[in-house]
Amino acid sequence: MIKVEGLTKRYARKVAVDNISFEVEKGQIVGFLGPNGAGKTTTMRVLTCFLPPTSGSATVAGFDVLENPMEVKKRIGYLPETPPVYPEMEVHEYLEFVGRIKGVPKGDLLRRVAEVSEKCAVADVSKTLIGKLSKGYKQRVGLAQAIIHNPDVLILDEPTAGLDPHQIIETRDLIKGLAGEHTIILSTHILPEVEQTCERVIIIARGKLVATDTVENLTSRLRGAETVSVEVMPANGDLDAGLVRERLERVTGVSRVMPKEHRDGKLHFIVESQEGQHVRPGLARAVIDAGWNLNELHAVGLSLEEIFLQLTASSDPHKPEPVEAAVAGENQ
Amino acid sequence: MNTITIARRELISYFRSPIAYGVMAFFALIAGYFFYVAVVYFVRRGLESSMMGQSFPMDLNEFVIRPVFSNISVIGLFLIPMITMRLFAEEKRTGTIELLVTSPLRDLEIILGKWTAALLLYASMLGISVLSMALLFAYGKPDWRPILVGYLGLLLLGGALLSIGTFISTCTKNQIVAGVAGFAVCLLLWVLDWASSFETSVTAKVVSYLSVLQHFDSFSKGVLDLKDVVFYVSVIFVGLFLTARSLESLRWRS
Repeated sequence: MIKVEGLTKRYARKVAVDNISFEVEKGQIVGFLGPNGAGKTTTMRVLTCFLPPTSGSATVAGFDVLENPMEVKKRIGYLPETPPVYPEMEVHEYLEFVGRIKGVPKGDLLRRVAEVSEKCAVADVSKTLIGKLSKGYKQRVGLAQAIIHNPDVLILDEPTAGLDPHQIIETRDLIKGLAGEHTIILSTHILPEVEQTCERVIIIARGKLVATDTVENLTSRLRGAETVSVEVMPANGDLDAGLVRERLERVTGVSRVMPKEHRDGKLHFIVESQEGQHVRPGLARAVIDAGWNLNELHAVGLSLEEIFLQLTASSDPHKPEPVEAAVAGENQ
Repeated sequence: MNTITIARRELISYFRSPIAYGVMAFFALIAGYFFYVAVVYFVRRGLESSMMGQSFPMDLNEFVIRPVFSNISVIGLFLIPMITMRLFAEEKRTGTIELLVTSPLRDLEIILGKWTAALLLYASMLGISVLSMALLFAYGKPDWRPILVGYLGLLLLGGALLSIGTFISTCTKNQIVAGVAGFAVCLLLWVLDWASSFETSVTAKVVSYLSVLQHFDSFSKGVLDLKDVVFYVSVIFVGLFLTARSLESLRWRS
């Protein structure tokens, strides 16, 4: 449905997107993952014909973004990072307006507006001025706007940014509900979001494609080694940190134990497992069997930064690229 | 069709914000005042000359309508930047321009829609002055044809300045900047013909030809001169053409 080949976008001074290629199948929901400034927005803007590529090509449903922009635009629903709403319009007025400019036939217009209002849960505010709506509602109006002409492809730029946790869950459910009918690309810099909503992930950093894989493959690849935080409390009296450490190291599958700060007699360790080993049950048993109290035991998730470091480091072992330097090129 | 959709949305924005009402109220006040002054002057001169036994040509068209038209044309210079300043600047600031540009619309449809909406607001503003003209018809017998020509001239003049204002609005994200720059350009285009008052060189003639108000003179007299119509229509074309280029360059630069 979407095919990007050797896409490069260069601004006056910097390269925002550097030779990216990927494909998205029909009906898939794909997460576009990267830190701020990685080139996510730029790639999406090229796909929506907002920006022309410097070199390379992008096709949507077989139409090239440079040669046939009109056909591409008809088939794409786009929600930019800030919902493109007019605060002085009422919700239904706005949706009717967007429907018209997107080419929804006149006879279907009111029906479509009612349908998408229902789907995006904005029907109850249809007579309210958009400027008076909360951020969450505005986002949903933005989403309703993107699907009003029932496009083949939906492009959503950070659809959950700036929402409160409750609204984030609602928006994610809404997006999941849209999958199947539409091919969806959504960008985010939050890893769990991709895990929860997407089938495939495309990871970019500093304008370059770092990885593209299914969510399961990627997480198992990254989480092959488990990192666990353990906090041990002595049952009575004092406890020697070295002793605990030694005991934890003996658990099968543990590769490394790093002591952290010890407070109020509680001993805190970070334990790393070997590839493909689940060490949490073993750790728990070891602590209990030794007669200590297990205060806390939880897996430490990899932050996005660590994932990037891992991925970029594995592709280029000599020069692990610092992710901090990747803040460039977005919001141009 | 799309042009009408864009224009309708633009009018909704105008009339939901204070801009339309502010512009119209200001116009009603100033144009009404000018009309009052012109009528009072006309009546007084008529009275004075009849008391002195002289005959005074009681020509409403010459002594009331013509000065009122030239005054309105100058008021337009001040109000037009206020009408055009938000057209594109606001969309660029809030990001809604992304919606328009990624919709299956041609640039020309977007531009024409916005310009048409601005022209309609300007026309409804002029509509207020029709009330004053109606008063003249109630108490006198002015010739209606020069009035029509005058209004046509005002619309052409307005259309020309609105197209320039629209162009300026595409150049910035800031409405105020667009407004001030638009006002500066309008002012410049007005004072250009002052050059010809003390110079008779070819340069001075060319410069004064470019003055937008100079071409309104014939219309205010009620004379429909093709060369002035051509002038305004070409300014409209140039303004809209520049707007189209500027909108296109947005994508290449951004």
